[in-house]
Amino acid sequence: MAAQQAPAAGEEQRPAPARPDPRLIVTRTTPAGLAQAGLRRLRGGELGPVPVIVALILICAVFQTMHERFLSPQNLSNLTVQVAAVGLMTTGVIMVLLLGEIDLSIGSVAGASAAITAVLAVRYGLPEWAAIAAAVGAGLAIGLVHGTIFAKVGVPAFVVTLAGLLGWQGLQLQLLGDDGTINISDSGAIAALTQTYFVPWMGWLIGGGAVLLYAVLTFTGERRRAAAGLATARPPAEVALRTLLLAVPVFGGVAVLNQFKGVPLAFLIFVGFVVAFDLMLRKTRYGRMVFAVGGGAEAARRAGINVDLIRISVFGLASMLAAIGGVVLVSRSFSASLDTAAGEELMMAIAAAVIGGTSLFGGRGNAYSALLGGLVLGAITSGLYLLQMGTPVRYMITAVVLLIAVVLDAFSRRSRRTHARG
Amino acid sequence: MSTPVLELSGISKRFGAVQALSDVDLTIAAGEVVALLGDNGAGKSTLVKVIAGAHPADGGTIRWEGREVTVSRPADAQRLGIATIYQDLALCDNLDIVGNLFLGVEKTRLGALDEVEMERTAAELLDSLSVKIPSLRVPVASLSGGQRQIIAIARSLLGEPKVVMLDEPTAALGVAQTAQVLDLIERLRDRGLGVVLISHNMADVRAVADRAAVLRLGRNAGDFPVQDTPYEEIVAAITGAADNPVARRQQRAATARTGAE
Repeated sequence: MAAQQAPAAGEEQRPAPARPDPRLIVTRTTPAGLAQAGLRRLRGGELGPVPVIVALILICAVFQTMHERFLSPQNLSNLTVQVAAVGLMTTGVIMVLLLGEIDLSIGSVAGASAAITAVLAVRYGLPEWAAIAAAVGAGLAIGLVHGTIFAKVGVPAFVVTLAGLLGWQGLQLQLLGDDGTINISDSGAIAALTQTYFVPWMGWLIGGGAVLLYAVLTFTGERRRAAAGLATARPPAEVALRTLLLAVPVFGGVAVLNQFKGVPLAFLIFVGFVVAFDLMLRKTRYGRMVFAVGGGAEAARRAGINVDLIRISVFGLASMLAAIGGVVLVSRSFSASLDTAAGEELMMAIAAAVIGGTSLFGGRGNAYSALLGGLVLGAITSGLYLLQMGTPVRYMITAVVLLIAVVLDAFSRRSRRTHARG
Repeated sequence: MSTPVLELSGISKRFGAVQALSDVDLTIAAGEVVALLGDNGAGKSTLVKVIAGAHPADGGTIRWEGREVTVSRPADAQRLGIATIYQDLALCDNLDIVGNLFLGVEKTRLGALDEVEMERTAAELLDSLSVKIPSLRVPVASLSGGQRQIIAIARSLLGEPKVVMLDEPTAALGVAQTAQVLDLIERLRDRGLGVVLISHNMADVRAVADRAAVLRLGRNAGDFPVQDTPYEEIVAAITGAADNPVARRQQRAATARTGAE
């Protein structure tokens, strides 16, 4: 019998770990090879951010031809501030979608957070930073309650957060009371969130620093990978190309925003959270566990992952981000009112996540969906506003874009299956 | 033979009114493949779960490397060095091979996942098992059934176990894939691991197992050296008595043969 051979013999016959495997097609070293590999991935259904970027460019081009001020620095600057609040909520939604669940309460949590901020800061005279901290803390607590009921009791997340949708909106109305609107100071810490713009050189510093950091980290990472003899190491040409693809929008964005008031703090907060959550999802054990639970809860449990804890914490983070979004909403309108975050915010946040490319089916997506999806919806809103078309048209157009995104998601899922890419 | 790695004696387990296991003995030595055989409901899976700590035994003793131990939780078994690979593979389809291999035991560097070190270790591990998979960065959803089984087995090896229990590893696999898994089982034995193989497939058992431990109705029904025991004898032990359809048929065939001569 074959197994009777001595183990040592097997050791000797085995060649030194010489990869790559001959079956692995490696065509990455030349620019043409890079393009070929990219095309192959697209055909295999790994669309990545390509469709949404194409859509964004298309939308911008259409609106620019219809209205010459669409791509003006002022309009773009306003757009970046407008997308921040819902964008933060979207980042939270993405976390929940990665688990394959849904959170319907984020709009109400944002509204409750807005009310808590305003009531504490104005009616109780707390320092504004303390009011913000209390609202964000309350958001986290709310999310942990949702998560606990979902994970420990086993009530479907849909129902738990539906109750939250009603309940926390009730809290918002209760807190704001009869007057319905609480105005905040237009010179305090809350207002500063959306009224602060960085002077040009600081904008360049932030943008340049980010690109440089990305280039250095990617380059050293790939060097380490190559040094370890791994076949999947990216050649320096690809690292350079990726850095360039990041640098163009970053520097272009800073240049445009500097022509108006500079890089807005609100947008920077939003992008900062997106980057932080992206790093958390891709580079930490916690993020890996979130993906694992989203991809197969039973497999994750057997691997020793505390599935309940992951679920509770994700709902906590989602509601916390919604609460931060609520604070930004207060900041932008200088007030908390009965209809702060009570309308379309929830739908727009979920739509942005899906449009950005996060799958509704769980386990697939990334934090950048919030940025890209948010920009697409923001561009549509802003463009239609310039064209003086109202909410009815905007809802219908948004619906079409959302539908296209979901259809694309379903198609790419099917394509991934047939191309054996999961 | 030296002290067995794992030695069960007098194991009994009862679920309500059902005596699933009564007074069962089983020994597993290092570098030995023991096939655990039995008909449906014979108690194979219960025995595996007792060893794995999923269902603690009601009575009997478990000795690990000669020392008496209690296994009351899955963590106890894992700490001892018992890895169990259940039939429904516990892999996350959306993660790549490296991600699945290190799920729950990820390596980190400065607080971040150390993908390079994990991929290197994974490549080394799969190399040492002579497993050839073109890229370790494809999602496991794209792998064949045999490859998935191999990844599941390889994952259990990261914990450096001494005993590996496989529950029907070749069920639902094709011919070539079954051969891959059987190769892997032989390599586990060559590494000096004790392997418990549950299988209904006698061809697989004959191909890789050294011993066959047969359970019938929750009791030991024989322990055979596979190479020296005729197929019929093992089947007879599995099915119970000589008075059963299989034995009757063979008897008929034997008489027919002698009659023809």
